[in-house]
Amino acid sequence: MPFYPESFRVSTPTDREVLVERDFHAPRELVFEAFTKPELVRRWLLGPDGWTMPVCEIDLRPGGAYRYVWRKEATGMEMGMGGVFREVVRPVKLVATEKFDDAWYPGEAVDTTTFEEQAGITKVTLTVLYESKEARDTASRSGMERGMAAGYDRLETILAEVAKVSTS
Amino acid sequence: MNTTSTRLDATFAALADPTRRAILARLASGDATVNELAEPFAMTQPAISKHLKVLERAGLISRNRDAQRRPSRLEARRLAEASAWLDQYRQFWEASFARLDTVLKELQPKTARRGKPARR
Repeated sequence: MPFYPESFRVSTPTDREVLVERDFHAPRELVFEAFTKPELVRRWLLGPDGWTMPVCEIDLRPGGAYRYVWRKEATGMEMGMGGVFREVVRPVKLVATEKFDDAWYPGEAVDTTTFEEQAGITKVTLTVLYESKEARDTASRSGMERGMAAGYDRLETILAEVAKVSTS
Repeated sequence: MNTTSTRLDATFAALADPTRRAILARLASGDATVNELAEPFAMTQPAISKHLKVLERAGLISRNRDAQRRPSRLEARRLAEASAWLDQYRQFWEASFARLDTVLKELQPKTARRGKPARR
């Protein structure tokens, strides 16, 4: 199988971090490009169906800014985020600040993305470091941590139950 | 400003409390008065009223202002909105990475694959 979805893992290595891991069947130069070239990024960094990326600007150099805006075409709902690169080591590592326009957590988060290749398979690790445990937990509770942290499933289950009963 | 996210902010803040989630679950099976809601929670009426105010401000419930007993009603639309928002995030990376697989697959023939010269 060319795809490695079973390698998708999300964990919380420390109080302030969320770690996302995934393997890709491609050399890391290519994966790095897919993460840093706007014309490629806007093709995949879209989440579930129905979203587009009308804004995808990346100034790939230390001190350079990036800016993403997503739009849900059906509703016109938009969501933006951006930040500044702190480290750019092709094709090995990216460090950038991250701030959502409507962030529900205090301060900026710092994203570290690493690309490791072994036998043609590139492992991507993406670490989001929040300013505090409170910031991370707020982000996770509000869903801004992209719905991957612990404690989230329970709320979602309750929401689903309530929504089901109330619409039937 | 972005009213959707401001609203969602209030919604998620309201949902962060277990008592308020329990109140919503109770209201899912029908409208209820403060008295009826206070019963299973071993809480005072003023305490329940406080929670109801938060839920009302978040748009998760509405209360009939005319009726003496002011029964609370679940506003399913807002809850669905919050649920959809959460769901989007849960699926964000998984869905994105699946797309990235496709993009990488498409790009591969353009670059020299190790041990496999590209076909021309």
